[in-house]
Amino acid sequence: MATTLFHARGLTKTYHMGDVEVHALQGVDLDLVEGEVVIILGPSGSGKSTLLNILGGLDAPSGGEVNFRDHQLVGAGDAALTRYRREHVGFVFQFYNLLPSLTARENVALVTEIAPRPMPPDDALRLVGLGERLAHFPSQMSGGEQQRVAIARAIAKRPDVLLCDEPTGALDSETGVVVLQALARANRELGTTLVVITHNATIAQMGDRVLHMRNGRIASIETNAVRRDPAQLEW
Amino acid sequence: MRMLTRKLVRDVVGQAGPLAAVAMVAASGIALYISLRSMRGFLARSQADYYRDYRFADVFVQVKRAPAAAAREAAAIPGVRVAEPRLLWEAVLDVPGLAEPAVGRFVSIPPAGEPRLNVPHVRVGRMPAPGTGREVAISEAFAEANGLGPGDSLGAVLNGRWERLHVVGVAISPEYIYEMQGTELFPDNRRFGIVWTPRALLASATGLETGFNALAVELAPGASEPDVIAALDRLLGRYGTLGAYGRSEHASHRFISDEIEQNKVGAVILPGILLGVTAFLLNVVLSRLVATQRAQIAVLKAFGFTNAEVGRHYLALALAPVAAGGAVGVPLGFQLASATAAIYARYYRFPVSEVRPDWGVAAAACLIAATAAVVGAALSVRAAVSLPPAEGMRPPAPARFEAGLLDRLGAQRLLAPSTRIVVRNTARRPLRAAAAVAGIALAFAMLVVARYAFTAVDRIKDVQFQYAQREDVSVTFREASPRRVVDALARLPGVLAVEPLRVVPVALRHGVIERRTALLALPAGSELHRVVDQDLHVHRVPSSGLLLTSKLAEVLRVAPGDSLTVAVREGDRRTVRVAVADTVGELLGANVYGDLAFVEAMTGESGAISGALLSVDPRREGALYVTLKRQPALVGVGIRSAALAGFEKTIADSFQVSLGIAVIFAVVIAFGVVYNGARVALSERARELASLRVLGFTKREVTTMVFGEQTLLTVVGMLAGAGIGYALCAWVAAVGNTELFRIPLVVTAGAYLYAAAVIAGAFGVSALAMRGRIRALDIVACLKTGE
Ligand SMILES: Nc1ncnc2c1ncn2[C@@H]1O[C@H](COP(=O)(O)OP(=O)(O)OP(=O)(O)O)[C@@H](O)[C@H]1O
Ligand SMILES: [Mg+2]
Repeated sequence: MATTLFHARGLTKTYHMGDVEVHALQGVDLDLVEGEVVIILGPSGSGKSTLLNILGGLDAPSGGEVNFRDHQLVGAGDAALTRYRREHVGFVFQFYNLLPSLTARENVALVTEIAPRPMPPDDALRLVGLGERLAHFPSQMSGGEQQRVAIARAIAKRPDVLLCDEPTGALDSETGVVVLQALARANRELGTTLVVITHNATIAQMGDRVLHMRNGRIASIETNAVRRDPAQLEW
Repeated sequence: MRMLTRKLVRDVVGQAGPLAAVAMVAASGIALYISLRSMRGFLARSQADYYRDYRFADVFVQVKRAPAAAAREAAAIPGVRVAEPRLLWEAVLDVPGLAEPAVGRFVSIPPAGEPRLNVPHVRVGRMPAPGTGREVAISEAFAEANGLGPGDSLGAVLNGRWERLHVVGVAISPEYIYEMQGTELFPDNRRFGIVWTPRALLASATGLETGFNALAVELAPGASEPDVIAALDRLLGRYGTLGAYGRSEHASHRFISDEIEQNKVGAVILPGILLGVTAFLLNVVLSRLVATQRAQIAVLKAFGFTNAEVGRHYLALALAPVAAGGAVGVPLGFQLASATAAIYARYYRFPVSEVRPDWGVAAAACLIAATAAVVGAALSVRAAVSLPPAEGMRPPAPARFEAGLLDRLGAQRLLAPSTRIVVRNTARRPLRAAAAVAGIALAFAMLVVARYAFTAVDRIKDVQFQYAQREDVSVTFREASPRRVVDALARLPGVLAVEPLRVVPVALRHGVIERRTALLALPAGSELHRVVDQDLHVHRVPSSGLLLTSKLAEVLRVAPGDSLTVAVREGDRRTVRVAVADTVGELLGANVYGDLAFVEAMTGESGAISGALLSVDPRREGALYVTLKRQPALVGVGIRSAALAGFEKTIADSFQVSLGIAVIFAVVIAFGVVYNGARVALSERARELASLRVLGFTKREVTTMVFGEQTLLTVVGMLAGAGIGYALCAWVAAVGNTELFRIPLVVTAGAYLYAAAVIAGAFGVSALAMRGRIRALDIVACLKTGE
């Protein structure tokens, strides 16, 4: 029996832009179970990133509640959220956000130094197929390679959940597949729950469930009977 | 173009913090430049005006007694325009409210009308009426220090009699801008003053009904001063002249001229440092602005803005903080100039001590600051202009990092990644790092020098007032007196011990070099006055031959073993050759010492002394003072505790101000460099720092990383500053090596600690200021977009 990792009820997020109120989220209920792969699809501005940031403790909702296991994320202070991110969450963004002054291995080591039960940086880089590029600086790597370093950095701490916001958005399809394979492998071998935002419906086939977002709400959830390996995907 | 202006305003607002720091440094530089330059101009101008308007004499001479005819002969010397005879007289004064005896220098005013030369300028009241009254005018510094004014009276032993003198006026004179008793080293305005009296009053005291004992000479334009001096010495030789001398040996003139000279040095160096830092900071701020605005610049150029327009835009951005700095710095500079002038006015008294705002200097300061800004901005602006639009619109490649020397040596394994970030980021911009190090180093060096000045002065004070001068009271006799006066002095109330001394006016000659000075003859084994070098070693006065201050030996180009020609200016005025027995590295004066017995043999005049040193029981000094005030035989009374207090007050006033200024500017520089460095690091690497926060680094850790770089630069800067500081101190000591005094090179650990503490304080303040910004970093916004 799979245990619930995230439990969210009635999440709302409102941005106040002067007189205008932007309702980024208008009541989201969501449960994520351990080890599943969830793909989030939806038009631009539908609230995908907002939802992901709240789940990852980067942002606080205007209303509603979120629990990670038995931790309440709403109302937790900055220190608690920092510890939550440090111990449980791995992020991957469209822009890789590597530290340009550190090599691939050092970018990963940066995280393993502060995580409670990390894997060796070299192992994490091997997991994403970059065992050869350990000593290279970001400026010496392609976009796909940089993104894989970012993934290695995210999984090296053995997070409970990997939150990925358009991880392949800046990559061509072939490179994108390699990156997705790295994510799928982390899910398979480490049991990490995987949440991936994408604009690419094809990618949805690699998920257990697909969330469709519209106007700050979850419009529908579909369940895939079979999960496709990213290697079989093409766009 | 209107939109570009709007962008300019937004950019200025957006960069308010760093630009404000630049403006602050620019304001300091401008203010300092203005105040120092106006001060120099003010002093030089005041001096020149004063000398001209009040006819400061060119040549001075004192004689024992000369007939009136000699003055007419002096006036006839070619090159002499005016030769004014007068009477100078020194006597002990009894000042109401002052326990210790004071000394007055009495200056005669001619029976008919005003003096022609060295004209006193009356500040309050009037000059004394000619005639036989007891009216006097006193010098302003003396009047103020003792709270005296018209209507008050002074006691003086003038004609062998106690006289009550009535103060009718307070005046100043170009001759005594800086008032000092002959033997003292620093002004003590409570105990020494100028007293202008009708000639008649001094005539009986000096016994000169018609003649004179001093001459002030004004030269005709183009006249040769050495020729006139030589002619005067020939003419007055038989009247017991002490030797004529020009302004260059006039104590007051020399002090104030030295002061103006010192200002010239300061007026260049300090503002130079500050404006250099301004240029550096602007370069830092603008280079990062240009880096983050690549896309904007590209768009502007794609829309058809010319390079010149884009360049102008960024130059305007560089000039904005200078304009702000000028708006603050110019009035501040004038303010500072007035404040400094007020301090100077307490020592050097000018008829007008008002500083007029000198807009020329202000304009020059702003121009220099603007130039520094443009130079600082030039590189970044060029980068902005030369960016091809297409390239600008592509996101820049990740900053290029390569394995550096440290990495190749394998040293990186020793460093944590966070430390490596710091080291690599610093190494990636070596020029910027070097400039930051230079800024901190200069601030540190400034503080070391400021502190060093105190230590050096303390050393001078220790040498002078603890080791050398050990008497409580010194007395100078009007006439050479028999040695048995010592016994009489010993019987005065409170006197514990007495030592005789003799001061002989001499001219020392070696080859063509000549120096007029006073030979101090001390009894063998003198305990109350010792000769002490700058390392606090006591030198024995040799039983035969002379002991010279090293500086004097250097000036005369003699070494121990050489011999000197000594022309004695008293007694039978003989000229003898004497050996230099030893030299001593003294800090004050250019002195010459001899054993009393040896000097008696040398001058052929034995048994006579000119003064004495007294050791006094402090409980009975009041009684002693009362007695001394009524001694007609005395022309001078020195009180060590009073001299020490005067010294400390002089130093406290002038040093406190300059130390304060140095500290303020050092803090401004250090703050500007550190705060700006951190601001720039933060905005250049906001994304990186946001990533670190996402990865789970705490705010504290991220703050530490941003400040790691600043810490590294600051530490390196402080180390460099220690070296530069020492070099500057050595330079100050070298520049301060004059015949009047030497500055000992005593840079203590305390000076470095002090500098380190102040810089660390400035660092702490900027760290606090930055902490809020790092805390408020919007992680989501930073990561949302591409670079
Ligand atoms: N900081 C903010 N201030 C104001 N409004 C915001 C802010 N961040 C997001 N929004 C608004 O909230 C809504 C949801 O934004 P969100 O970034 O979650 O969309 P998204 O689904 O991730 O879109 P995309 O696919 O384009 O990334 C949008 O309308 C957006 O304009
Ligand atoms: Mg999004």
